Amino acid sequence: MSAPARDLGPIIGPGHTFETVTDKIAAVVLSETRRGWMLGFGVSFVLLTIFLQCVAVLLVRGIGIWGINIPVGWGFDIINFVWWIGIGHAGTLISAILLLFRQTWRTSINRFAEAMTLFAVACAGLYPVLHLGRPWLFYWLLPYPNTMALWPNFRSPLMWDVFAVSTYATVSALFWFVGLIPDLATLRDRSPSRAGRIIYGILAMGWRGSAKHWNRYETAYLLLAGLSTPLVVSVHSVVSFDFAVGIIPGWHATIFPPYFVAGAIYAGFAMVLTLTIPLRKYYGLEDFITMRHINYMARVMLATGLVVAYGYLMEVFMAWYSGNEFEAFMVKNRLTGPYATLYFALILTNVIIPQLLWFHRVRTNIPLLFCVAMSINIGMWLERYVIIVVSLHRDFLPSSWGMYAGTVFDYGTFFGTIGLFLTLMFLFIRLLPMISIFEMRTLLPEAKVKEGHA
Amino acid sequence: MNDHDSLAHERPQKGSVPPAEGNGHEAPYDWESLRAKLSAATGRKYWRSLDELADSEGFRAFLEAEFPREASLLDAVGRRQFLQLMGASLGLAGLSACTKQPLERIYPYVKPPEEVIPGKPLFFATTLPLAGIGRGVLVESHSGRPTKVEGNPDHPASLGATDIYAQADILTLYDPDRSQTPRFAGVIRPWAAFVAAAQASYEQQKAKRGAGLRILSESVTSPSLVAMLEALLREMPEARWHRYQPVNRDAVHAGTRLAFGEVLDPVYRLERAQVVVSIEADLLGPNPTGVRYAREYARTRRVDDGNAKMSRWYAVEAVPSLTGAVADHRLALRPSEIEGFVRALAAALGLPVAPPAGAQKYAAWVQALAKDLKANRGRSLVALGETLSPQAQALAWAINESLGNLGQTVELIEPLEARAEESHLDSLRALVADMQAGRVEVLLVLGANPVYTAPADLAFAQALEKVPLRIHWGLYQDETAQLCHWHVPAAHVLESWGDLRAYDGTVSLIQPLIAPLYEGKTAHELLAAFSDKPSRTAYDMVRDYWKGVWGEAGFEERWRRALHDGVVAGSAAEGKSVRVGPQATQGLAPLAPAQGLELVVRPDPTVYDGRYANNGWLQELPKPLTKLTWDNAAYLAPSTAERLGLHNGDVVEIRVEDRVTRAPVWIQPGQAAETVAVHLGYGRTQAGRVGSNVGFNAYTLCSSRAFWNATGVELRKVGKGYRFACTQDHFSLEGRDIVRKGTLEQYRHDPSLAPHGHGEGEHGELPSMYPPYPYEGYAWAMSIDLNACIGCGACTIACVAENNIAVVGKDQVARGREMHWIRVDRYYEGDWEAPEFVHQPIPCQQCENAPCELVCPVNATVHTAEGLNDMVYNRCVGTKYCSNNCPYKVRRFNFYLYQDWNSESLKALRNPDVTVRSRGVMEKCTYCVQRINEARITAKREGRQIRDGEILTACQQVCPTEAIVFGNMNDPNSRVARLRSLPRKYQLLAELNTRPRTTYLAAVRNPNPELMPGKGHA
Repeated sequence: MSAPARDLGPIIGPGHTFETVTDKIAAVVLSETRRGWMLGFGVSFVLLTIFLQCVAVLLVRGIGIWGINIPVGWGFDIINFVWWIGIGHAGTLISAILLLFRQTWRTSINRFAEAMTLFAVACAGLYPVLHLGRPWLFYWLLPYPNTMALWPNFRSPLMWDVFAVSTYATVSALFWFVGLIPDLATLRDRSPSRAGRIIYGILAMGWRGSAKHWNRYETAYLLLAGLSTPLVVSVHSVVSFDFAVGIIPGWHATIFPPYFVAGAIYAGFAMVLTLTIPLRKYYGLEDFITMRHINYMARVMLATGLVVAYGYLMEVFMAWYSGNEFEAFMVKNRLTGPYATLYFALILTNVIIPQLLWFHRVRTNIPLLFCVAMSINIGMWLERYVIIVVSLHRDFLPSSWGMYAGTVFDYGTFFGTIGLFLTLMFLFIRLLPMISIFEMRTLLPEAKVKEGHA
Repeated sequence: MNDHDSLAHERPQKGSVPPAEGNGHEAPYDWESLRAKLSAATGRKYWRSLDELADSEGFRAFLEAEFPREASLLDAVGRRQFLQLMGASLGLAGLSACTKQPLERIYPYVKPPEEVIPGKPLFFATTLPLAGIGRGVLVESHSGRPTKVEGNPDHPASLGATDIYAQADILTLYDPDRSQTPRFAGVIRPWAAFVAAAQASYEQQKAKRGAGLRILSESVTSPSLVAMLEALLREMPEARWHRYQPVNRDAVHAGTRLAFGEVLDPVYRLERAQVVVSIEADLLGPNPTGVRYAREYARTRRVDDGNAKMSRWYAVEAVPSLTGAVADHRLALRPSEIEGFVRALAAALGLPVAPPAGAQKYAAWVQALAKDLKANRGRSLVALGETLSPQAQALAWAINESLGNLGQTVELIEPLEARAEESHLDSLRALVADMQAGRVEVLLVLGANPVYTAPADLAFAQALEKVPLRIHWGLYQDETAQLCHWHVPAAHVLESWGDLRAYDGTVSLIQPLIAPLYEGKTAHELLAAFSDKPSRTAYDMVRDYWKGVWGEAGFEERWRRALHDGVVAGSAAEGKSVRVGPQATQGLAPLAPAQGLELVVRPDPTVYDGRYANNGWLQELPKPLTKLTWDNAAYLAPSTAERLGLHNGDVVEIRVEDRVTRAPVWIQPGQAAETVAVHLGYGRTQAGRVGSNVGFNAYTLCSSRAFWNATGVELRKVGKGYRFACTQDHFSLEGRDIVRKGTLEQYRHDPSLAPHGHGEGEHGELPSMYPPYPYEGYAWAMSIDLNACIGCGACTIACVAENNIAVVGKDQVARGREMHWIRVDRYYEGDWEAPEFVHQPIPCQQCENAPCELVCPVNATVHTAEGLNDMVYNRCVGTKYCSNNCPYKVRRFNFYLYQDWNSESLKALRNPDVTVRSRGVMEKCTYCVQRINEARITAKREGRQIRDGEILTACQQVCPTEAIVFGNMNDPNSRVARLRSLPRKYQLLAELNTRPRTTYLAAVRNPNPELMPGKGHA
């Protein structure tokens, strides 16, 4: 309280009017394709092709092409699944929870973050299907009425995953789309081409901007925000149950749900930063995504990062405190075993480097912040590697201990899904307004004047 | 003279015209023209044989055929692709035959064959050879095709159990690489053509009293075959019968001759022995006596039911063996020191022998041992292995006699093998000399593979090429077949009629389970081709022989009884009353001091001497102590490796005199320092798609002077990074309560042998969230006695055979994807140089609170009302979550399509009662649920409960030591219920509250108190 409030700058650059905001954002979609976009899209698409090739080989030959074995039955597949799901969380947090908390600064990043959520969930959702020994039977995990009169096993956390992830994907998609409707109408009205007018027109669902529309829109949007809010907590909690319900030391821990949720938000904000920093520069959106946004996001990362660090600390503490020899060994193996390098890399990238975020100067230094965000992206991937592989590779009976290493197909699939994600992201930037136009307009001083009269 | 009447057999790719029945070899050489050729040649011209010089038609064809035609397909995936390609090309070949086929009517059974009920297997008794010695078995036959080998409880060498080789023989029967037709110079020929050639040769040789005929066989114990051979030799007195197999009893025979003046075979009576000293004698190991001796071992080691008299075993050896691993005391000595150890022991027991220099190293050990032996006169045994010198063997007999053991714990019988007076190596040496001298015109190789197995210094292959007519009879077109003119496929023993003698002389008959799959012939039939009655069948010959022995009266009944029982009653050899002569302890040659690295050559624990190299089950069976698969290695003691700066996977060049080979290094705790141990059986070039070009050939290091050991070995590192496929990378128990083990003393004090804080009684049954399930009917459970387990691995391979478990290949094993449903874990305890070994078989624990069931999202693994943890393959989608969550890691996953769905012959191999799993599903031990269900059906039909002992799981049935017991734990009188009530019983990882149905009994060791730590010696 006593510390002097630091001026963080505005949440929207000075000198903007309704028109300039709309022009600026809509122009990204409506102008000619830029060469840089083509380049980025091309690279992403090549990666996507690699992904498709890896999947083709997988379907023809079997999941033996990956590095998994007995005892390490899950490898890159589930690491990537959890990593992508985690990344998605920031989007929901920004759009739903911050909306409910009336954090107006969320406005300029929420559309973008929600799109990121959707695409990350799309990438994540591929893995549980692909990792099956018989992927063509993935629908057996769904509780559909069938002639065999068989239901899935509702006690299995994987079953819960199916519900959690599919609900999450559905609600996120709805939320995102509902939020897009007024802007789609804007694009419909401004599109220079007939095809654009028709397509955006269909998607705009007849939005005319009447008071009634706005009223219904606000109600629906709030309801969806309310629906999404528990998902922020539930989805990654359920994902963490995949491990916490398991019996393996390093998995079987009650701290997992909060620690995973914090980790997810942490990873998500890191990814939002990783994507926004180059984008705002390239499209000149510094007025909308201001230093204030970036600063806030860095603070959220710092806070959640500390929760994650606490989780790491607690794992070590509980291993000692529980007096359980297997838990103690698990920690010892992480610290001194064959994968110790990865563990220390995790601590470095996920705990030590992010401590830079305590400093205002770091939070406002864009290149440095980008590096910290990248470090967290890597660190969160390593965290899942340590949790999954390093716990599995040495469990109870020393006789069955083994080692794990990803194969070229593991890496191909991983980078391939990054390609899928970026491809979708580039298409989104090109085809839809990446910042909510109408919400940005409400941030303008002109919008404030009318308050109280509506 | 072309032979175009057998178009079907002609190989279209062959350019050369196949010569007629082996002429060109039988035609006498035109010496004049040969001489002219030689003198006409200018410059230096090398020629390898008269054939080459004569440049005969046959030689050219032979030369073409000599080069290997099959690429090695070690990688399972590669093999599968190969088969798929082959399948496709065969399919296309079928298309080209789309013409109208002649009408052929087939009829169903109107009167089915007696006793054949579809779905009900029949069992037939027969006998399987190992190193020529028989082990009685019962073979399961489904609709006329054998699928599984079980032990014959009536046979003395089996007592109901079998070893790994008997289990794997069934795969050899169906091996698609087996030789299928007679060949001449590589070209397929009809059997009749061979008979004609053989007859011509027979007539020719008969004319000169067989002077040019040589027969080379392995050990022959078959009475009828011996009679045939002897008859042949009577007919042709100048013909010679040589015998050679690398793993033989040469030294034992020479030792008994030295000690007793006659060649004898020992039969140990281990159940009468209280103290057993095994000196390089792997009594429990993979050999024809291992199963029987292991049973006797286990019987003397029972500690429950108040049995206080547990036997005590000592082992002295260079390389850890199964016997050494379970012995109460194990002393690792270099081979050159072991000879001295025998003398030191003799001296300590008061025999007139001078102890060698250097004996102080183990003086305390010898003293304690001698004291123990003296205290157990007539109830002790000193057994020597086949790798020790005749002198040491004789000395051991003197020791045994002085302890009064002869006739008590060991009996000596007439040698099992025919013509045992001449050692195998002498016999082979004489043959090579004859071949070199050109005295051999016809060589008949009966089953042996000397081109591969002969010691390197004999240069057998070069000598062989001087023989004008070489005939090979064997299961495979192996290395020797490649250098022979004629190759005749052998009928597999399961396709044959015959007879064999067991370790104690008991005769048992071989009856075929199936008609030969290919054109295989038995040894009898092959020899008949060299007689005046070439078309006699093996059946007639064996029967006629026994008719001659037993007489006509009552023959049919006796014959049928012998076939049915699998043994000829009362045919065991009588123990002879013999005395050790003074020469056994006199004139002992001075021992050379041990210096430098020593080479130790041993048969491989799984592929034996190489004859099982093409058997995928045995290749993939982890070697009992090293847990390596698909490889042999240069084994080094940790201290030696450290001194030489070598690590696992380094490649070294091993040089012994002028013999050199390259081998990858594997460090083996418990091996004697300064030794390099290698296993035979690898490095084959013509084994087949599984066994060719796997590992290195250790025969290239053997010499005929000292086959098993050599001194002055040089090691030179030439590479590194060799990739082994080891199924257990970690050998330490990490201080965890996984294997419970204690001494007899501790057991008397606290029969639970539980470490402090781990006694099950201390916290009782742990609480569970779920209400307990009442198991009201049967409740299946298994008990595994770690005190009995010797770690032989028979359970693993029996499970493979019973449950259609796939072979995955070296690459997949190296990736940790082996499929064995029951594995035998081996841990080391204590010092690296002299560790204690512990074995622990781990099948599915069939937990009542199964962690795997909880996490499967599709209910593919579920619990039955009888407590079985079932795996529903059809429902499995392959999340692998169950395996991750299994604390025992017993689940196995089909990462690829591991099963060979294409090879025709392998389809007949499979157990029809067990699903053949496909790609992408999890599998694991089922407690042989198919056997449970069969017993359930039988019991239901007979209106009764399943009796205790009616169901034997495959692992239980095969176990030589009866370590595994399965049954209904709800029946308080069942064996398994009683074993579960013993204080030694414990559950693996009980603290996880998985409540396993598989429980263990702690191991008890009986160390000599005088050798316990704290008494000045470890």
